[in-house]
Amino acid sequence: MAEFEPRIVGFLCNWCTYAGADLAGTSRMQYPPNMRPIRVMCSGSVDSVYILRALLEGADGVFIGGCHPGDCHYVSGNYKARRRMVAFKSILRSVGLDQDRVWLRWISAAEGRKFADTVTEMTRAIADKGPSEFRELWEV
Amino acid sequence: MATAHSLDPLNPRVLEPTPSTVGAVLVIGGGIGGVQAALDLADSGYKVYLVEQSSAIGGVMAMLDKTFPTNDCSMCILSPKLVAAGRHRNIELMTLTDVLGVEGEPGHMTARLRNRARYVDLAECTGCGDCLQKCPVKLPNEFEGGLSQRKAIYRLYAQAVPNAPMIDRDNCLKLTKDKCGACAKNCRVGAIDYSQQDEEIEVRVGSVVVAAGSKIAPTRLRSEYGHGRYPNVVTSLQFERILSASGPYLGHIKRPADGKEPKKVAWLQCVGSRDESIEKGYCSAMCCMYAVKEAVIAKEHTPRIEPTVFYMDMRSYGKDFDRYVERAEERYGVRLVRARVPEVREDPETHDLIMRYATEDGMHAELFDMVVLSCGLVPPQQLVELSRRLEMDLDRFGFAAGNLWDPTGSSRPGFSVAGSFHAPMAIPETVTEASGAAASAGGMLAEARGTMAAELEPAAETDVRGEPPRVGAFICHCGVNIGGVVDVPAVVEYARTQPFVAHAEENLYSCSGDTQQKIKDTIRQHRLNRVMVASCSPRTHEPLFQATLAEAGLNPHLFAMANIRDQCSWVHAAEKGKATEKAKELVRGAIARVVRQAPLPRVKLSVTKSALVVGGGIAGMSAALSIADQGFEVSLVERESELGGNARQIWRSAEGEDIQARLTEMVGRVSSHPRIDVHTGATIEKIDGFVGNYRTKVKAEAERQTSTPDLQIEHGVVVVATGAEYRTPTEYCYGGSERIITQRELEELIAHRSDAAKEAESVVMIQCVGSRESERPWCSRVCCTEAVKNAVALKELDPNLDVFVLYRDIRTYGLREEYYRRARELGVVFIRYASAASPGASDPDSTPEVKIEDGKPVVTVRDKVIDREIRFRPGLLVLSSGIVPRPDASELAKMLKVPLNADGFFLEAHMKLRPVDFATEGVFMAGLAQFPKFIDESVAQARAAAGRAATVLSREFLESEVTVAHVDPQRCAACRMCETLCAYHAIEVRVVDENSGQEAAVVNEALCKGCGACAANCRCSAIDVRGVTNEGIFREIAALLT
Repeated sequence: MAEFEPRIVGFLCNWCTYAGADLAGTSRMQYPPNMRPIRVMCSGSVDSVYILRALLEGADGVFIGGCHPGDCHYVSGNYKARRRMVAFKSILRSVGLDQDRVWLRWISAAEGRKFADTVTEMTRAIADKGPSEFRELWEV
Repeated sequence: MATAHSLDPLNPRVLEPTPSTVGAVLVIGGGIGGVQAALDLADSGYKVYLVEQSSAIGGVMAMLDKTFPTNDCSMCILSPKLVAAGRHRNIELMTLTDVLGVEGEPGHMTARLRNRARYVDLAECTGCGDCLQKCPVKLPNEFEGGLSQRKAIYRLYAQAVPNAPMIDRDNCLKLTKDKCGACAKNCRVGAIDYSQQDEEIEVRVGSVVVAAGSKIAPTRLRSEYGHGRYPNVVTSLQFERILSASGPYLGHIKRPADGKEPKKVAWLQCVGSRDESIEKGYCSAMCCMYAVKEAVIAKEHTPRIEPTVFYMDMRSYGKDFDRYVERAEERYGVRLVRARVPEVREDPETHDLIMRYATEDGMHAELFDMVVLSCGLVPPQQLVELSRRLEMDLDRFGFAAGNLWDPTGSSRPGFSVAGSFHAPMAIPETVTEASGAAASAGGMLAEARGTMAAELEPAAETDVRGEPPRVGAFICHCGVNIGGVVDVPAVVEYARTQPFVAHAEENLYSCSGDTQQKIKDTIRQHRLNRVMVASCSPRTHEPLFQATLAEAGLNPHLFAMANIRDQCSWVHAAEKGKATEKAKELVRGAIARVVRQAPLPRVKLSVTKSALVVGGGIAGMSAALSIADQGFEVSLVERESELGGNARQIWRSAEGEDIQARLTEMVGRVSSHPRIDVHTGATIEKIDGFVGNYRTKVKAEAERQTSTPDLQIEHGVVVVATGAEYRTPTEYCYGGSERIITQRELEELIAHRSDAAKEAESVVMIQCVGSRESERPWCSRVCCTEAVKNAVALKELDPNLDVFVLYRDIRTYGLREEYYRRARELGVVFIRYASAASPGASDPDSTPEVKIEDGKPVVTVRDKVIDREIRFRPGLLVLSSGIVPRPDASELAKMLKVPLNADGFFLEAHMKLRPVDFATEGVFMAGLAQFPKFIDESVAQARAAAGRAATVLSREFLESEVTVAHVDPQRCAACRMCETLCAYHAIEVRVVDENSGQEAAVVNEALCKGCGACAANCRCSAIDVRGVTNEGIFREIAALLT
């Protein structure tokens, strides 16, 4: 599976993680090009359906980046994201799907390094897992 | 007639209301300082005449490749400002214009200007550049440092605003010899007009902002470096052009002598700076950083380059600067050598350069392929003459002397100054002073606000509903920032294949003024109803493009961006193929999303015309005064029972001013100002609302004496000026002996005891105590000057007193270098040590050691020059302890939802160009809360915050974001999940149909922030956020994964 290039969709909150990703850029921190970012206003706006859609459309991993607890631009959106993630993962588990293909991380506007490292780490982890089983599941 | 009051900043020049006060300002200088001042004034209801002597605005910043410490592309961040200034209704751009004189009193002045003929009609010229092709005259291109050629008809630079070329009348064949005329023949719109004449113009203004800038030091001052004789010796500004993708070598680093790629490149610092022998005794404040930056960027361009910077002291005193230098050393292998190189010689055969220099470990000789002279800043002769015409005083170096309490003031009433015309300074300080000068000018003319300026109104909008989408795709090269990695033409080709794309093209810089015009033209020509730009980050550039759409009559929400720079080319530099693939996918995603975008109406919201200032130190008080002087109400909240902040423990400034006396005056003025409400002994409990409409709960501190009961304040903006703290040292046996004190305690001693020097016997000072180390990696910026100040004071009390300063780098930047020189003249001995505590230190550790013997401190340090250990038994050991952020800064940050940086200081929206703004609209910062700084810098920043605040407070209405939630009542089951979730109580279930009694959720659009929490949790998919719809995101997801 050396050739396998995972495809990851990232939902980045506008105020923290997207800004952190920009900072990684201005600081020229290099990371693998496997994640496709989508800018959302808040991690709390990332509907579970978004994640499912991404997985069904063929993403090997889904990343959600929000502000650190307590720092949400919208007071508590990240807490909502966190709560939703617990529920969402339990559903994945209960239907026998791999819950570790979906990552939720807190990365602030000042954490360019953390963003680059996280993307690197996730790309490696998903690459190790191989292609997503969701794709096969839905190829009827 | 109004009269000017005294020059005293604490009793500013407030004008008596007269109907004749002119609501217009003359801004002299079209560099970043002048442009910022013009924009702030124009946005606050004043008419602005922006006068620039060259043919385009942009100044020196337009010549730079990248900027430190973020490595942002200079043109990319500057261009939106130039475009905004160029098209602002309240700014009259006057290029090729000289100021002949200004007569009159503040409030009513007449400026005499001379507009030199451009010989190109600005109204007719399309900026196509055809005229440039046929001109037969070739001349050295000054903008490119003479490294390339230009024609006699030329554009200052490719993205110039205005974009029309000019004719160099001294060299044009038609104008000098009445021959040729090729440019006119080649111009298809007949814009060339050889008959244009210079004109004298008079404009009526109320006040003047001078931001005329400076020039780099002429290299003939240091002819031993061979610039001009040896082709491979270039100035730092020439090197910026060499690095630039739009420069003479198109971004390839080459030697001017032979076009070969250099390997060893040396930077020589302090050329024309810190050099009394040529009467340039000051430090130019920015060269250390730009040299390190140029070295980093060179290395990034061409990894085989080996950069070396020869410096005296590494003056990386700004926010994140030390980190930058550290990274340059560690990551990029930039070699830093502490040595002053006496001369450069050339091998005439190879044009290589030979340098001999001495370091602490002896003499060296080294061969370099190229040498860059880090030239300082000097006020050019023409500005000295301008100042004379404007009757403004200059200091002995030729800078417009400022004063501590009125850093943006000048010797002439009604005139404010900003930027390197005032003193050597870098871009953020220039922008800060510019906003501050705008606030000063606005304060003088407050009563005439709005009398000459137009309220900003959006252009009429084309109704595109029902039309099939026609998308225009604009893909940016961003010089080499994107184009150097991503195959832009391939992305353009790819974009053409996407559904609904009616037009696709590439741009060198999509953000430049000429491209904005082109986008507008293209929208009309191709009847586009959607636009996708693939370039940099929407966080910085979306507003620019949206404004362009609005001007072309398209709703700004019919737009999407693909971030193929910050999140693609810059971070995948080594994987060009994959980066191009990713760019294509991002473009595909953005196109899919924009196709689904619908026009959104703008909503007008009223503005509460008052400000909340948090913190009553010098920054907070200055901000409050400046906002109040501009005619707005201010609530100033201070948690201590007294105003004054840190300044209450400062007795004398390095300039020799009595701080306490001035502080008392300032407190008096704040307390008695009719428009300032002071709440001492009070803290902020809760802040609700948004720009223009904040509501804040203030709580009285029970344990403190307080005049303020709990109260609620309504306000339109917030200024964060909560300061920082002096750190109590834990090192060097502090607390173990009364003979070991901090710099601040020494200052108090000097202030109160005339026998302080006698008591001391001898003094050793240790610098960087708790600063520039792994735990606190920042430089506290003020400690060197403080130490020098106190050392001078002690020497003045007793010239025989021995004073030793143990330091790592002396950072008396800018004009403060004078105090350092004075200290050395008085016999203060400076001994350098190196610390291994700072992660990037390449020097072996020689941190001083302190012991206490018989109640007295004993200091041991290794002197690197004589390579011997020295032991002191001083009567006083003084520790220069650094400044640390307030530990509770994060509480306020959370309430305001604004970020702190990794060190705990408040993080500005943009390090270079938005130094006092937060990313959140309506929230500004000033003073030590942002970073350690001097009093004058705090005052300048506070005024800047006030100037920025005025751009909000001067409006009757703000156009609000309409990205709010929207409920489809047919799908809503009225389950009330959204009600529970909304953090703003902006959604509630109520009866929506009286007849059927049907219930559904209803959004209160004034309260909704558009976070999407309700939509994400709606079980019926009944809620969507306008502008970021579920359908749009689904399309984007699908497109990204196709």
